[in-house]
Amino acid sequence: MSGLAWIFFSTLLVNNFTLAMFLGLCSFFGVTSKIDTAWRLGAANTFVLVITAVSVWLLNTFLLARTPFLRTIAFIVVIASTVQIVEMIIKKYLPVLFRELGIYLPLITTNCAILGLALFQTTRNYNLIEGIVFAFGAGLGLTLALTLMASIRERMDVADVPAMAKRMGLVLIVASCLSMAFMGFAGLGSQ
Amino acid sequence: MNAPIPALPPDEPAAAPPPPPQLFLDFWSGIGQNNPVFVQMLGLCPALAVSNSVTNGLAMGVATLFVLVCSSFLISAVRNYIANEVRLCSYILIIATFVTVADMVLAAWFPEISKALGPFIPLIVVNCIILGRAEAFAGKVGPARAVADAIGMGLGFMLALLMVSAFRELLGSGSLLGFNILGPRYEPWVFMVMPPGGFLTLGLIFLFMGWRMDRDARRAKEGKA
Amino acid sequence: MSGDQEPRTVPAVPQAEPSVPASRLLMTLAFGGAFAGLLIAYVYEKTLPAIQKYADAKIEGAVNEVLGKPARLETLYLVGDKLSKTPPAGVELREVTKAYVGFDDKGARVGVAVEAAEPGFVDEVRLMVGFDPATSMLTGFSMLGQKETPGLGDKVEKDMTFVGAFRGKVAPLKGTKSTATDASTVQTLTGATISSRTVIQIINHAVALWQPRLQALEKEGVQ
Repeated sequence: MSGLAWIFFSTLLVNNFTLAMFLGLCSFFGVTSKIDTAWRLGAANTFVLVITAVSVWLLNTFLLARTPFLRTIAFIVVIASTVQIVEMIIKKYLPVLFRELGIYLPLITTNCAILGLALFQTTRNYNLIEGIVFAFGAGLGLTLALTLMASIRERMDVADVPAMAKRMGLVLIVASCLSMAFMGFAGLGSQ
Repeated sequence: MNAPIPALPPDEPAAAPPPPPQLFLDFWSGIGQNNPVFVQMLGLCPALAVSNSVTNGLAMGVATLFVLVCSSFLISAVRNYIANEVRLCSYILIIATFVTVADMVLAAWFPEISKALGPFIPLIVVNCIILGRAEAFAGKVGPARAVADAIGMGLGFMLALLMVSAFRELLGSGSLLGFNILGPRYEPWVFMVMPPGGFLTLGLIFLFMGWRMDRDARRAKEGKA
Repeated sequence: MSGDQEPRTVPAVPQAEPSVPASRLLMTLAFGGAFAGLLIAYVYEKTLPAIQKYADAKIEGAVNEVLGKPARLETLYLVGDKLSKTPPAGVELREVTKAYVGFDDKGARVGVAVEAAEPGFVDEVRLMVGFDPATSMLTGFSMLGQKETPGLGDKVEKDMTFVGAFRGKVAPLKGTKSTATDASTVQTLTGATISSRTVIQIINHAVALWQPRLQALEKEGVQ
């Protein structure tokens, strides 16, 4: 599989950010009680991810070559600003979504997936196009995982679950099954 | 606020033992009743990602503890000088600084561990535990209490990491801390050191906790009935 | 307004503070930035030698392992797309791509070692590949970094039979699941097919990339 397609599909399925790389778990467990909220947060994340990928490429190419030790600080500042701007845009143009997402919108800043994307993009030396494709794959992968978990949890809410498994216990075991299922994508696209 | 009650003179009738000092309460809550992973459900990303071996889990726990204590102390020390508008920005700056320091120190003197932990050391910066404690606590109390709370939370986090990673490494590689425990005839259950195994381990721990809470609630109800 | 009952208690509002002047905000951030910068720069200075020493030792160890501890090593530097014996001026030495030529005690060339990396099953796999540019025969490979699945994919580094099987094979290699029969085939590991294929691919690409460069250098007469 060619480079870009491989980057996209491997990030989306084989090395899914949530189910294989353990990134973005706070929102994975926190926001997945309803499908609608879940995929909308996934979309917001994807947006932030793509902007971050571009900013990170700009930073790496023009600023951080001489000062690699400022990497973490620079990335997190960029991410925080991006989320702030996205928050303002959503507040202005999509107020219903803004109210629905509530606290989880500013919490995108602390979503390990965003900073994780920035770090992976840097260590793998992706150029601009590869970085953007990577961000799309990661964002869609997050959305996919969030939506799957939300659909399962909506069913679980009306199922007869023993008291001890209520809340986190069963959710984590479901996550384990989802992660196992995604491992079936291993070997996709390799020669 | 409870001030420690001095020891009672012996000729008084037996009274309740003096409540433990505030600092100790701050410290202990992070380990038990407010454990960041098991109770507050924060910091799950590193708890699962680096817990496939005890060495890695321990290293992550120590690094997080270091960042937590240093940043809590500094944030608390300068809390009166940071205006509200730049609060979050300053916290993140301070935390990111200490994370960078920890990252460089690990890369220099423990390079193998640094490579194994990979990007998860810089990811400590977005570990919800640190920012969460800074917002909720360190920015509002004095340095002594902030540090006590930080040590408690850090040790609580390390405890959670050790539990999960010991379980995963023992079953998944047959070893602990790199020392082969289960012998050469043991066929390692590799699933445990892979992502689904991480979810499963934490799920089992939460199931156990749910069972305990359910049982205690039932007993309380039966006790009342 | 009088007589109105508020259905909710209004939270106590602190005395309205005068809005913080922008200069104060900037000063706070400036101080914070200065502190951060100083601390990080100090630790960077302290840790850089150790980090570099480790990286250099790792490369040197890999080169020696791959070329069988040659009596003499010579470094070639990649300038543009051509190899040269002298490093390019004005560029940080660590940033330059290098190839290492090994000579035995009689002065005959043993092989050339180059670094190569490509994405594997989990993350990037980095190798040091040793080969003889004249015959495309491999002298071996050494793992520089991999994050493959422990117990499965990481056998490509830990299984010494697999690693040793590459010695003497002729590039370009092919992987096969059954026993290898000819000099260009390597048997892939069970449970690590993808990682094994990644290693084979990295080696093939490295040889294909460096062989013309090395042969061009020979043609120039600078042997």
